[in-house]
Amino acid sequence: MEIKFKLNGKEIKAEAEADTILLDLLREKGCYSVKRGCETANCGLCTVLMNKKSVLSCSILAVQADGQEIVTLEGMQKEAEEFGDFLANEGAEQCGFCNPGFIMNVFAMLEEIEEPTEEEILEYLAGNLCRCSGFVGQTRSILKFLEYKKGGKKEV
Amino acid sequence: MSYVNQSVQKKDAKALVTGQPVYTDDLAPADCLIVKVLRSPHAHAIIEEIKTDIAKKVPGIACILTYEDVPQNRFTMAGQTYPELSPYDRLILDKHLRFVGDAVAIVAGENEKAVDKALKLIKVKYQILESVLDFHKAKDSEILIHPEEDWEAKVPVGADNHRNLCASGVESKGDVEALLKECKYVVEGTYHTKANQQAMMETFRAYTYLDHFGRLNVVASTQVPFHIRRILGRALGIGASKVRVIKPRIGGGFGAKQTSVAEVYPAIVTLKTGKPAKMIYSRYESQICSSPRHEMEVKVRLGADEKGLLRAIDIYTLSNTGAYGEHGPTTVGLSAHKPLGLYRNTQAYRFTYDVVYTNHMSAGAYRGYGATQGIFAVESAIDELAEKIGMDPVAFRALNVSREGDAFVGYDGSPVVTSCTLDECIAKAKEMIDWDKKYPCYETEDGKIRGVGAALAMQGSSIAGVDVGGATIKMGEDASYTLSLGATDMGTGCDTILAQMAADILETRLENIVVFGVDTDISPYDSGSYASATTYVTGMAVADACRELRQKIKELGAQILDVPVQETEFDGQKVYTLDGEREISAEEIAVKGTCGNNQSLHVTVNRSSEISPPPFMAGMAEVEIDRETGSIEVVDYVAVVDCGTPVNPNLARVQTEGGLAQGIGMALYEDIQYNEKGQMRNNSFMQYKIPCRQDVKKIRVEFAPSYEKSHPFGAKSIGEIVINTPCPAIANAVYNAVGLRIKEMPVTPEKIAMGLLEKKI
Repeated sequence: MEIKFKLNGKEIKAEAEADTILLDLLREKGCYSVKRGCETANCGLCTVLMNKKSVLSCSILAVQADGQEIVTLEGMQKEAEEFGDFLANEGAEQCGFCNPGFIMNVFAMLEEIEEPTEEEILEYLAGNLCRCSGFVGQTRSILKFLEYKKGGKKEV
Repeated sequence: MSYVNQSVQKKDAKALVTGQPVYTDDLAPADCLIVKVLRSPHAHAIIEEIKTDIAKKVPGIACILTYEDVPQNRFTMAGQTYPELSPYDRLILDKHLRFVGDAVAIVAGENEKAVDKALKLIKVKYQILESVLDFHKAKDSEILIHPEEDWEAKVPVGADNHRNLCASGVESKGDVEALLKECKYVVEGTYHTKANQQAMMETFRAYTYLDHFGRLNVVASTQVPFHIRRILGRALGIGASKVRVIKPRIGGGFGAKQTSVAEVYPAIVTLKTGKPAKMIYSRYESQICSSPRHEMEVKVRLGADEKGLLRAIDIYTLSNTGAYGEHGPTTVGLSAHKPLGLYRNTQAYRFTYDVVYTNHMSAGAYRGYGATQGIFAVESAIDELAEKIGMDPVAFRALNVSREGDAFVGYDGSPVVTSCTLDECIAKAKEMIDWDKKYPCYETEDGKIRGVGAALAMQGSSIAGVDVGGATIKMGEDASYTLSLGATDMGTGCDTILAQMAADILETRLENIVVFGVDTDISPYDSGSYASATTYVTGMAVADACRELRQKIKELGAQILDVPVQETEFDGQKVYTLDGEREISAEEIAVKGTCGNNQSLHVTVNRSSEISPPPFMAGMAEVEIDRETGSIEVVDYVAVVDCGTPVNPNLARVQTEGGLAQGIGMALYEDIQYNEKGQMRNNSFMQYKIPCRQDVKKIRVEFAPSYEKSHPFGAKSIGEIVINTPCPAIANAVYNAVGLRIKEMPVTPEKIAMGLLEKKI
C-alpha cells in the first residue's frame, strides 16, 4: 500500500507491504544510518525518532509511519556532528556501528529530560548496546556535552 | 611536534558519528542477489537426498546450490598465515553435517521473500547420526566427526581425525611431578570456561561481484583480507590471483572476523551466476553458526615452597573446537603460555593438551584467544595457593611476578622480559581499589557483602616470527602523504594510531596524511589485525617505511640542490644544507617527484618480529553479593595496564574499558548452551545477554607504561589482554566475599545461591 510520511523534514510517499518493517523501508529510502543488530528488539541500533519520541524501527511496521514524522540521523547531521565531537574526544565512537541509534536516543533523552543525572542516563540508554566501548566513555561524553550545553546557555 | 602519546580523534570519527554509509551493507549494490543458507536442524547427520526442483521454481530465484554443485576442496575458514595450523576439514557444502546450523544448501534470489520461500521448499532427507555433545567424551569416541579420507592437517599439531583430535601435545621443563612432591604447598583445581560469542554489533557479511577482468571482488567485513583472498582462492578452486578483497569500515570484530564465516557463500553464487550477491548474517546465524570462543576445561596444579615462591605449574587443557578446527590448534597454546609467562620463579612446568572435535558449532578466535581461559584457571588457583600459604593473594603475586630482564618461563613468544611494569600495575591497582582496607570483604549497611578480588594478565604483541605488518607510504604532488595499510581497522583506531606514528617520523601534521586500507590489489601485504599485532608489527613497518621515505625525499632534494646527500637534512618542511646556505621546500621536491624524475617517492616495507613482547596488567574487582538471593553486581573494576607507550591514550583507554566490559559479560552472563539435541539455547540477544551500560557502571583504567625498545615508539599491544582479568578477578572477589569458589564461568546468582545453600548443609 502507499503511505505518506514526513522523513527528515520532507513529505514522502512510499510503497510498503503489510509486513514491511520501518527499518527496511528507511534503508530503502537511503537512510543508511539506521542499522540492524538483532531480530529481537534488544540492541537499539535501529533507533529513530517518531514524532520526537525514540522508537525501534525494527519493531514498527512501515505502515504505522503513515501520517507520522520520522527523523533519522540523516536529518540531524549538525546535531550529530556537535555531540559526535564529544564522543570522538573520548574515542568512544569506536567501530561506529551503534553510534546512530545511540545518538538518536541521546537526542530523545535530552528532549525529554533537560538535565539528566548519570543514573538517568544509564537507565534511559540501557537499550542501546555497544560492544566496543564498555559504555563508560559514552557516558563521559554525554556528561561533558551536558556541561558544554549548560555553559553555552549561560554565554547566551 | 609529536602525535604519539596524544589523544587525537580517530580519522574516521566524523563519518561514524554522523552515520555515513561506510559499512559493507551500505555499499552493496541495490540489485545484489540475496544469499541465504539452509541450515542443518540436526547436530550430526548425512544428507541422503536433497530435492531443490520445486524451490527453484519460486519466481526470482537465481540459483540453489547443494553439495553436488560446489568444488570439493577441503579448506579451513581460519584466517591464519599459510600453512595454517588449523586443519583442512571443511567443504563449502558437505553431505556430512556436523552441527545444528551447518550449511545444507545455498539459495540466492532477487529478493528476501523469494529466498525465504525457496528455503522452505527444499526437501532434504537426513540420515541422523549419533552425536558427540559432551567434549569430555569426544576423544577416542566411536562416533567420528571427521571420518573423511581427505581430511588434512597441514602442520603436525598432534591431530588425528580418527580419534576426534584436532590437536594434542605436551610441553615441559624439568620434572614437574618430582617438584610438586617437594613443594610445601600444593593446590589442584579444574576450571571451566564456556563458549562465548564476540557479539560485535555488525554481524558477519560480505558482498561479491565480478569486475571488468572477470575477477571475483569481495567486499567483506573482515579482519583478514589477505587470508580471505587465499581461503576463497582455494575453496573455490580459482586461485588467489582471481580474488580481490576490499575491507570497508567494520562494525567490530573481536576475533570473530578472523575467520571466513560468511564470504564463501556469496562468492560462489557470484561465480555461478555472474551476478553481484550479498550475504548478511542474521543475529540468529551469528549466534548459532559462527566462530565463538573455545570452551576449555583447564586443570591446574600449582606448587610453592616454604618461602611462598611459586615453583611448579602443571596445566592440562581440554579444548572444544566444535565441528571444525578453526583456530583449535593455536588457541590452546595460549591457555598455558600466557599464564606461565606471568611468573618468574617457576622451576618446572608441564603443559598437556587435547583439542577435540564435537557436534557443536566450530569455535574460532575471540579476543584473548585461549589466554582468557588459561588465565581464569591459573589466576583462580593462585588465590587458592596464596590462601593455603596464608598470604595475601596480591602480596603472593607481587613476590612471584615476572620482572624486566627475567628469562621467561614457559612463554613461547620471547626469551626474556624486555619491558614490564607489572609490579607497578599491581601497586597502583591496589591503591585504586583500596585493597588493604577492603580485602577480603566488608558488609554494607543494607546487609549485603562486598568482596575484592585480583588477577593478573598478559598477552603477546603479534605472533613472533610469523605475523607480517605492511605499510606503503608515498608523497603526493602537494607534499601530502598517503599511508596504505593491509592492517584492518575494525573500529579500534589502527588507521589513526599508525598515521600518528607516520606523522611523527615524517615531521608533518596528522591531517597531511591520508590513510588507505584495505584492498588486497593495492594495499601492502599484512597478515591482518589479530594476535595483538597491529600497533606492534604494523607500527614497525610504518616507521621503517617513513624513515626510508625521508631518505628518498632528502636524496631528491639534494639532487635538485646539487649537493651530496650527506650534507643535507630534512625537517619535514624542507631539505636544507647543513651549512644553512641553501634549502628546498617539501612542496618543490614533491612537484619534482611528478615531472622529469627518476626517484620514486614511494616506499613499501614489510616487517615481522622475532619476539612478541607481552603487555601486562593487573585487574581488581569489587563485587556486591546478596547472600539471600545470590545476586551479584560488579560495583567497581580497576585496571592498570602496561602496554608500553600508549600511542593514543584515549583509544588505549577505551580498548581497556571495552575489553573489561566484555570480560565482565563473560564472567557474569555469557554462556553458550546446547540442549540434548545439540541445538543452541541462546540463539538471540534475548537469551544471550551481553552487558548493558547499567551493568558496568564503574570501570577505572590507568596506565603504567614501560618502554619496549624493539618498537620505534616503545609500544606494545593492548587489544586482547584487557579481556583476561575479569573472570578470575570476579571469581576471586566472590570467594573473598562469601567463601565460595566458583570454578565454572559464568558466575551466576544461581550458582552463588545454590553454592551458599550447599555450604550451609
